[in-house]
Amino acid sequence: MVVRHQWPKEGISRIPYWVYTDPEIYAREQERIFCGRSWAYVALEAEIPAPGDFKRSSIGDKPVVVVRDDAGHINVVENRCAHRGVQFCQKHLGHATEFMCPYHQWTYNLQGDLIGLPFRRGLKQQGGMPADFELKPHGLRKLQVTTRHGVVFASFADDVEPLEEFIGLEMLKLFDRVFDGRELEVLGYSRQLIPANWKLMFENIKDPYHASLLHVFLVTFGLFRADNPSEVRVDKTGRHGALISWRGEQQRTADNAEIKSLLENFTLQDPSMLQPVREFPEYTVVMTTLWPNLIIQQQSNTLAMRQLVTKGPEAFELAWTFFGYRGEPEDMRQRRIRQANLMGPAGFVSADDSEVIKFIQDGIRQCPAGKGVMEMGGRGWQESEAHMVTEGAIRSFYDYYRRVMEL
Amino acid sequence: MTATENFRTMSRRDLRLELEELYAEYVACLDEERFEEWPEFFTDDAVYRIIPRENFERGLPIATLHCESKGYLKDRVVAIRQTMVYAPRYMRRLVSNIRIIGWQDDGLEVRANYAAFETLRDELTRVFSVGRCHDTLVDVGGSLKFKAKLVIFDSELIPNSLIYPL
Repeated sequence: MVVRHQWPKEGISRIPYWVYTDPEIYAREQERIFCGRSWAYVALEAEIPAPGDFKRSSIGDKPVVVVRDDAGHINVVENRCAHRGVQFCQKHLGHATEFMCPYHQWTYNLQGDLIGLPFRRGLKQQGGMPADFELKPHGLRKLQVTTRHGVVFASFADDVEPLEEFIGLEMLKLFDRVFDGRELEVLGYSRQLIPANWKLMFENIKDPYHASLLHVFLVTFGLFRADNPSEVRVDKTGRHGALISWRGEQQRTADNAEIKSLLENFTLQDPSMLQPVREFPEYTVVMTTLWPNLIIQQQSNTLAMRQLVTKGPEAFELAWTFFGYRGEPEDMRQRRIRQANLMGPAGFVSADDSEVIKFIQDGIRQCPAGKGVMEMGGRGWQESEAHMVTEGAIRSFYDYYRRVMEL
Repeated sequence: MTATENFRTMSRRDLRLELEELYAEYVACLDEERFEEWPEFFTDDAVYRIIPRENFERGLPIATLHCESKGYLKDRVVAIRQTMVYAPRYMRRLVSNIRIIGWQDDGLEVRANYAAFETLRDELTRVFSVGRCHDTLVDVGGSLKFKAKLVIFDSELIPNSLIYPL
C-alpha cells in the first residue's frame, strides 16, 4: 500500500478523505465489497411477480438483470453479453421468454445459459464457430441469489454465508418488522444522481446526531430528535446499522434547548401531509443500513428501499423504491403517498441530506490528506447505544470496511 | 354572460393568447423566485404533482413532489424559505408547445412541454429537468387557475435535489 493510503493513527475515530476520492480505493471497493462476500440488494419480488418478469438492477457499478424463470425461481445474471460485452437488457422492467443480445443475436434462457447463436455452423459450408465451440461455457455470469420475505439479494461470491447469518440476528429482527411475510406492493420509483462518494450516504443514515440539527422538519414535528427515546444498533461485525426512535412532541424542553432547528410555531397549512398512524410495533422510525448497498426506510408510514448504485468515486445513484402492502386500506396508501413528501430528491428531509453530502464532496475533493473527526459518543463502537448523540455506527462501519479493504 | 362561459366560448385564438400569458406569468413567478405568489396560480383544492415518467406510465402513485391542496403548496414554500438546507441556485424554465386539448367536465385540458435549467455556484448551467405538463384549468372569478398540474419528467435521474417547483 502506498503511503497515501495510510489510515490515520487515531484509527476509526478518523476517516481519511482519500476513501471518498481515490480511484484505486474505488476499484478495490468494487472488487472486495460489491463483488466480494456480501449479499447485495437487487429487487423486490413484487417487481417481478410472474415467470419471465425481469428487472434491471446493479451491484456497485455492475449492471445485472433479475429475472423470474418458468419454474418461478429468481435468477440474477450480469447484464453483459458473453460474446462482446453488450449490455443486452435496456429496460428497467419488462417481460421476456429469453434474452437475445441485439448485436449478434446470441440468445440466453432465463437461467442465463447460452442456448443459441446464428451462423454457428456457418453458411454454405463457410465460416461459423470452430467445431469444438461449446455453448455451455459461454453463458451469462450467474450470481448467487437468495430471498427473504419478498426481498431479493444477490452475490458475486460463491462462498458467501447464508443471508440470515450475513444480516445477523439483531438486524434480522428489524428487517422482519417491515418484511413480515406480507405481500408487498411497489408504489413508485425515484432516482437521483448525487455527486458524492457512496459511503457518505451510508454515513448519513448511520449518523443520528446530524438529524437532530440539520433537519428542521424532523426536529420540529418530533419525527426524529435527540431528546426522543432512541437507539443506535449495529450488528456484531459493525457493517450493518440501524437508527431507531420513538416520536416526540413539537415542544421546547430543557432536553432540546440546544436544537435551534425546532420551530415551535411552525404549523402546516395542510396537516394531512403529516398524520402518521402507529403501524409497526415499538418504534416509530427505523432506518436500517445493510452492507453493501441498501438503506431500508421506515419513517412513520413511509417505506422505501434506497439502493446505492456507485458511479465512480465521486458520484452515486440513489434509487428509491417506495412500497406498501398489497390489499392494504386506501387511507394507509394515501398516508404513504403524502408522507413520501419527506423523502426522495425533493423530500422535506432527504433533500437536505443530498445537498449536504454534495457540500462534503466539494469540501474534501481538494484535500486528500485531510480527515474527518468521528468522536461523538466516543472513539470505539458497541452493538447498542440508547441515545442519538453518537457517531458509533459510522465508526463500526469503518472498522469492518478497513478489514475488508485491508486498509 | 358569466366568466366561465366567456372562456368556454372564447375563440381558440383568444384562448391561446390567454394561456400564453398565463404560462409566461407562471414561469416568471418561479424564475424570479416569487414563491409566495406561486400558490395563487392554483385553486384551493388543486392537485400539483411532479412525477417521474416511469411512475406515470406504470400508473404508480408515488410522486417526487406531491401536493393535494393549496395548503400543500404553501407548506412547500415555507419549507423552501425556512426549513430546507440547500445550495443557492438559479432555475430558468421554458414552457413551450402549449396545446389545447379542450374543455372537459373538470375544466380546460392543456398540455405543454417544459425544460428547466439549473445554475449552481461555480458550475456550468445544466439541463435540470425536461418533460411535459398535463394541466387542468378552471375559471375562478374571471381568471384561469390550475385545478390540476401534473409535471411528468423524462429525466431518468434528478441531478441531486429538486428544491424549487417546476
